[in-house]
Amino acid sequence: MEELFKEFASKFPAYLVEEVKENLPPKVTKAQVKKILETVEENYIYAKVDAGESVGLVAAESIGEPGTQMTLNTFHFAGVAEMNVTVGLPRIIEILDARLTIKTPMMEVYLVPPYNKGKDIRSIAMKIKETKLFELASEFQIDIVESQIRVVLNMKKLEEIGLTSKDVSKVIAKGAKTSSVKNDGDDIIVKLNSKDEGLNEVYKLKEKIRVMYISGVKGVSQVLPVKRGEEFLIVTAGTNLKEMLNLDYVDPTRTTSNDIREMGKLLGVEAARSTVINEVFKVIENQGLNVDVRHIMLVADTMCNGGSVKGITRYGIVSEKSSVLARASFETPIKHIINAAVIGEEDLLNSVVENVMINQPVPTGTGLAKLKTKVID
Amino acid sequence: MAKEAKLSKFDVSKHTLVPKHTKLSESEKKTLLKKYNITVKELPKILINDPAIIRFDPKVNDVIKIERGSHTARSSVFYRGVVNA
Repeated sequence: MEELFKEFASKFPAYLVEEVKENLPPKVTKAQVKKILETVEENYIYAKVDAGESVGLVAAESIGEPGTQMTLNTFHFAGVAEMNVTVGLPRIIEILDARLTIKTPMMEVYLVPPYNKGKDIRSIAMKIKETKLFELASEFQIDIVESQIRVVLNMKKLEEIGLTSKDVSKVIAKGAKTSSVKNDGDDIIVKLNSKDEGLNEVYKLKEKIRVMYISGVKGVSQVLPVKRGEEFLIVTAGTNLKEMLNLDYVDPTRTTSNDIREMGKLLGVEAARSTVINEVFKVIENQGLNVDVRHIMLVADTMCNGGSVKGITRYGIVSEKSSVLARASFETPIKHIINAAVIGEEDLLNSVVENVMINQPVPTGTGLAKLKTKVID
Repeated sequence: MAKEAKLSKFDVSKHTLVPKHTKLSESEKKTLLKKYNITVKELPKILINDPAIIRFDPKVNDVIKIERGSHTARSSVFYRGVVNA
């Protein structure tokens, strides 16, 4: 019996064999099992896509038609903090074009136990968030006589992040080299080194230290702790996956970004491919539409075929087509035809578009089959 | 390249979105190419500095076998040929 299963395991996906195995009635003969497996194989072959089927065209139509029903707006994220999320058609276009900068970069940060059960979730979220000095200070006082600035810190906020005023003054001292930084109780005094500086200089310094980066992960502008199932995780606006994966309370195996380029750079093409599929599917599901994953998988495979993520644009995968006419039929036709003429490019007319253009049968479906005969003379 | 790997202490292959990558041996590569009657050039590509394969120290024209989860077939096998970045 086992060898029978083994024999068929190479003929169709392994999970089908497993399913047959599990669902066998208690008393079956070997011949019957063979018959079952043969029927499964027959049905599997019948379900496969035929050679020459225009899968790309079908995928394009299948994603394009529901695309007409999608919203064109961005929506607010439900929650305490106001967070925008690009959804619907703009997001689909963004993903498929493989934009370098996406409209709303986001991360889903998973935490390691015990933090994923909600322990200190607020303070961890605050620690991740990129914090600038003005968010921690309650007041900036400019002393014209001494040409110095007194930064009155909001100790409550400081405590939330787990910093002391000493830590903050150290960071300021690093960034503002032309001045001396002193602690005065909980306040921080920043004084210009050179004497007799005008008010203008002091004011400039104040503006500089106001937006100084103090703590957190750079690029993360908003944080939102959410509960998903039994687990707590942090959704962030702004991404910096590289730094995030190296934090000790973050679970690096599940933390993801919605920036496909970033995922590709850090985790490789395969991760980028899965991100494309997941993100497109999420949008379609979100809109209450129904598109088979296979279409999305085909698009994602095509985008990641060359080893890096390429968008479906004239600079991306379209530029890699071997046929001049096919490239010209997409966008900027004159540019392509002139360039081809200059370098003497050849068009072998192997694909669909160029054959449509010159009114010849296209090599898909029944047009794929060619007759080959042996001439005996 | 070694420096790049050092910068990030996290092992990329442990991420849930990164499927299992393995480098094919020369003989495995030969049988694969023979089975489909192709050359490495015709396989989908993977860059030589891809974070997921950097630990194999790959060379150009190596073939990487990728066993990935699939929405439709539970798991599927995929091959990529290594190319220069």
